Amino acid sequence: MTLTILRSETNSHETYTIKSTKTTLLHALTDIKETQDATLTFTAGCRASVCGTCAVRVNGKEELACAYKLQDGDVVEPLNYHPVLRDLKVDKNKAKETLLQSTAWLHSATEASPTPKDEKFTERQTDCILCDSCYSACPVYAVNPEFLGPFALTRAYRYSVDKREKGVKEILDSVQSNGVWDCTLCGECTLACPKGIDPKMDIMMLRGLSVQEGYNDPSYATQSFGSPNFDFDPNF
Amino acid sequence: MIDVLIIGSGGAGLTAALSAKDVGASVLVVGKAYPTNSQTSMAQGGINAALSNAGDDTVDAHIADTIKSARGLCDEEMVQTMCSDAPHAIAWLDSIGVPFSRVETEEIGIKTVAQRQMGGASAKRACYAQDYTGLKILHTLYDTCLKHGIDFLDEHYLMSLVVENGCVKGATFLDIRTGELKQIDAKSVIIATGGYGGLYHNYTTNMTGATGDGIAAVLRAGGAVSDMEFVQFHPTALKKSSILISESARGEGGYLVNSKNERFTDELGPRDVVARAIFEQFKQAQEVFLDVRHLGEGKLMELLPQEVALCKLHENVDPAKELIPIKPVAHYSMGGIDVNHTMEVDGIKGCFAVGECSNAKVHGANRLGGNSLLEITAFGKRAGENAFKYASSTSVQKATDAQLQQDKTYLENLYAQTPTVNFYDKREVLGKLFYEKVGIVRNNASLNEALDYINDTQEAIATMGIEDKSKTNNTNLTDFLEFANTILLSSTVVSAAIARDESRGAHYKEEFTQVDDEKFKNHIVFQWKKERA
Repeated sequence: MTLTILRSETNSHETYTIKSTKTTLLHALTDIKETQDATLTFTAGCRASVCGTCAVRVNGKEELACAYKLQDGDVVEPLNYHPVLRDLKVDKNKAKETLLQSTAWLHSATEASPTPKDEKFTERQTDCILCDSCYSACPVYAVNPEFLGPFALTRAYRYSVDKREKGVKEILDSVQSNGVWDCTLCGECTLACPKGIDPKMDIMMLRGLSVQEGYNDPSYATQSFGSPNFDFDPNF
Repeated sequence: MIDVLIIGSGGAGLTAALSAKDVGASVLVVGKAYPTNSQTSMAQGGINAALSNAGDDTVDAHIADTIKSARGLCDEEMVQTMCSDAPHAIAWLDSIGVPFSRVETEEIGIKTVAQRQMGGASAKRACYAQDYTGLKILHTLYDTCLKHGIDFLDEHYLMSLVVENGCVKGATFLDIRTGELKQIDAKSVIIATGGYGGLYHNYTTNMTGATGDGIAAVLRAGGAVSDMEFVQFHPTALKKSSILISESARGEGGYLVNSKNERFTDELGPRDVVARAIFEQFKQAQEVFLDVRHLGEGKLMELLPQEVALCKLHENVDPAKELIPIKPVAHYSMGGIDVNHTMEVDGIKGCFAVGECSNAKVHGANRLGGNSLLEITAFGKRAGENAFKYASSTSVQKATDAQLQQDKTYLENLYAQTPTVNFYDKREVLGKLFYEKVGIVRNNASLNEALDYINDTQEAIATMGIEDKSKTNNTNLTDFLEFANTILLSSTVVSAAIARDESRGAHYKEEFTQVDDEKFKNHIVFQWKKERA
């Protein structure tokens, strides 16, 4: 079976042959590093889809290397919109800053009585492993590198609907600029998420909460729909 | 100078950081990956606290269960502290936003937290967040650290502790991205670097990075490690990949069967007993399988969706229709850095340790499920507070750069060396050797063979090294440094196992199948300097 990997030092694709079939991509990468090419660089951890370390793109689509079953001829590349440090290893610091900017945490907690229904309401959102797959899949980054992005907004939403949270407005304040209104609702993040999270829906929900809080979609203020003339006609 | 330098960014490190910051310390958290990549994310089952949310429970019962499981090797005062702190730990986690599973109730706060049964517990005591308890605690801790402006230094690999005159003064790190070595000075240090399950390479549920880096660093710096022979084996991991299949698969009614399709043990017994029963089958040339087919596809998808997906992916087996091939593998290291009641490391002043890397003597010879997440939360807080107490009461002079220079020389030599032996091969061999000879059932002949092999490998390490000579982002280098740590620790595990001529908890020896309190109700401690003296 062959596997092609984008190598950063030469900025070219290199093809490797591996013996085993029915293997995960992570297993194949490890095998190459151990037996063929010690310079091949990637990151990985738990092997069980919870540590969020090993996300890459396979044939253009984001996958966890540990949870992807290798197919002959697959092309493996690093995540999009992350500075490549070496081969498949990327710098996640800028992506992680979106968490800080969106203030995705409990602002002022109060003792509450969350129910099983409340738990279910954001169960999926709290399954997030911060693998950055959604960030890599988001086309907004091609035009706006400062966008808060899917995982940070999903997390902001999760805290904003937490019964223990009394500082919802502070969270909503933080996700207006380069935030909820900058999303194009294309849904690529939802397709990319290995945990089945739906950031697009969470962003729509955050928009709803923002409107309740008095915010508007800023694009309406600047968009031009032509100038309908509703001048008062005294003779009418 | 930083008050508290925290090495390791899993649940223990993040809790310690928050508590130190809370009492006024300046804090820096340094990790070899990113904070949420840690082993804590893999903890599934729960975190113990006697809350009586699902039937009657008491702190005393929690203490009694923990002591019983420890088989006489725990520090009862520490157990008492941990179990009494447990309700406060849950209240704190609830206050920072951990999305616990909940029960229908009129009550508020921690009385709403759902609790479930775990092995060895006399009540439904484990608070949980579905099957992602560790993941959700870890991520909430991280969010809270961002809220409180905790500083992080990611992708820095611990080289050495800087210790002068028996006092810690900081640590040296390899910046994995740039390849530069740097020294970080600090008034106090907390080590929270995780366990050494990685010794059992390919035969552990742990992540590949669980190589006991902090434990090895303490040992090299003159600190003490203890109870290294106690490693918990989880009965059901997938045969080929060692991926954990949760205990809940058996809890929900799964059977263990051998190649003759016969059941051979009580599936719900303690982990060490079930693991030994499976090992016994292996010795009789039987394979062992987990059988959940009778639960039906619908129920499986509802109760164990993660497990079904993992079986299909890693074992090419559909649990609804086929038997799941399993083996017991290394899961948790009870032993580690020897600490006192303030979490301070035996032999290094101002240096504290917490979590799986430490031996606070609450798990003894056998850890109870749900007590490790509790340990990192309850003792993480203590470590943070005590480290700051030390930092504020001590005037620490900045260390010289002697350690840094020593580490630089070590790395320069490593780069200059041309390896003739592939250490990745040795890592495979060592993992298999440990599984077979220092595993679930031990005997002195096999242990001595393992010790010989380790000694040979230790000598041969000069022939190994790195093929990749890149200065930046060199994971071949960090893999090697991790491997060197496992070699160092492996000799302590085997030596302690040889010395302990009895069977107790996770340590089971064929020639000595009984507990021998007279000779062995004590901790086996290793410390370099003391041995030399």
